[in-house]
Amino acid sequence: MKSAVLLLPGLNRDRDMIAALTKIAGTPPLTVWQTETEIPADTDLIVIPGGFSYGDYLRCGAIAARMPVMQAVRDAAGRGTRVIGVCNGFQILLEAGLLPGALMRNASLKFVCREVKLQVVNAQTAFTRAYAKDQVIRCPVAHHDGNYFAEVDTLKRIEDNRQVVFRYAEGTNPNGSLNDIAGIVNEAGNVLGLMPHPENLIEAAHGGVDGRALFESALDTVAA
Amino acid sequence: MIKARVTVTLKNGVLDPQGKAIEGALGALGFNGVGHVRQGKVFDVELQTDDRTEAESQINAMCEQLLANTVIEDYAVEIA
Repeated sequence: MKSAVLLLPGLNRDRDMIAALTKIAGTPPLTVWQTETEIPADTDLIVIPGGFSYGDYLRCGAIAARMPVMQAVRDAAGRGTRVIGVCNGFQILLEAGLLPGALMRNASLKFVCREVKLQVVNAQTAFTRAYAKDQVIRCPVAHHDGNYFAEVDTLKRIEDNRQVVFRYAEGTNPNGSLNDIAGIVNEAGNVLGLMPHPENLIEAAHGGVDGRALFESALDTVAA
Repeated sequence: MIKARVTVTLKNGVLDPQGKAIEGALGALGFNGVGHVRQGKVFDVELQTDDRTEAESQINAMCEQLLANTVIEDYAVEIA
């Protein structure tokens, strides 16, 4: 599997993401700058890391979502290429219209940086098949705008379609997200957005490896 | 040149934690009788045209594509 990591000014979790992908895939991902208009066609997985692209100006992810490279991401996603957006990457995917809903300011108005529990609600996606259904994992979060919102009809649709992949579990919802939503996929199931940072829990030195299975699933390094 | 002012507000029914915090702070300052407070954004945009119809259609497109996130926000346009 070939992976690519998008680079946009203001992202700051790109190095962690590159390190995680390199460790799990065995080879480093390609990096793609925001002004590029093409992503190589043989790319199997595109990852948009976290951070504060464009200083979170206007709305988190709003400016990044309108950069040329995002059209290439849209085209690739349309062809079935897997796409993961973590934290600011999730905000960018929502602003780009690749996922439904929006992320608003945390209900507490505070930046939260802590560990939460996540329930794997759907373990049949390309990103979660190395987990067990309803498995509860640990994962760090670090964000100010992670409060998932969607209109009633949209919320019902994504719940009915099993597009909700991760929920904050055991009372650890850090931001007021509707239905405790922490991560969702698009209708086709090849685009995942989540607020928590699985790339920061992939080796013993991190204090746990609960995030590893997400990348192992996405990179096909585990048997299905 | 035409000047346009765009006001972006959260849709009804969308929770506004920042508005709530401002509401609380107004109460703390002793302003009694304050109802709900909702926070929004204002953009002043200069357009290099004298054609009002063209200006209106441009600014509406800008709102739809960038200035507002229509999942959670409404916008209103005033042309000076």
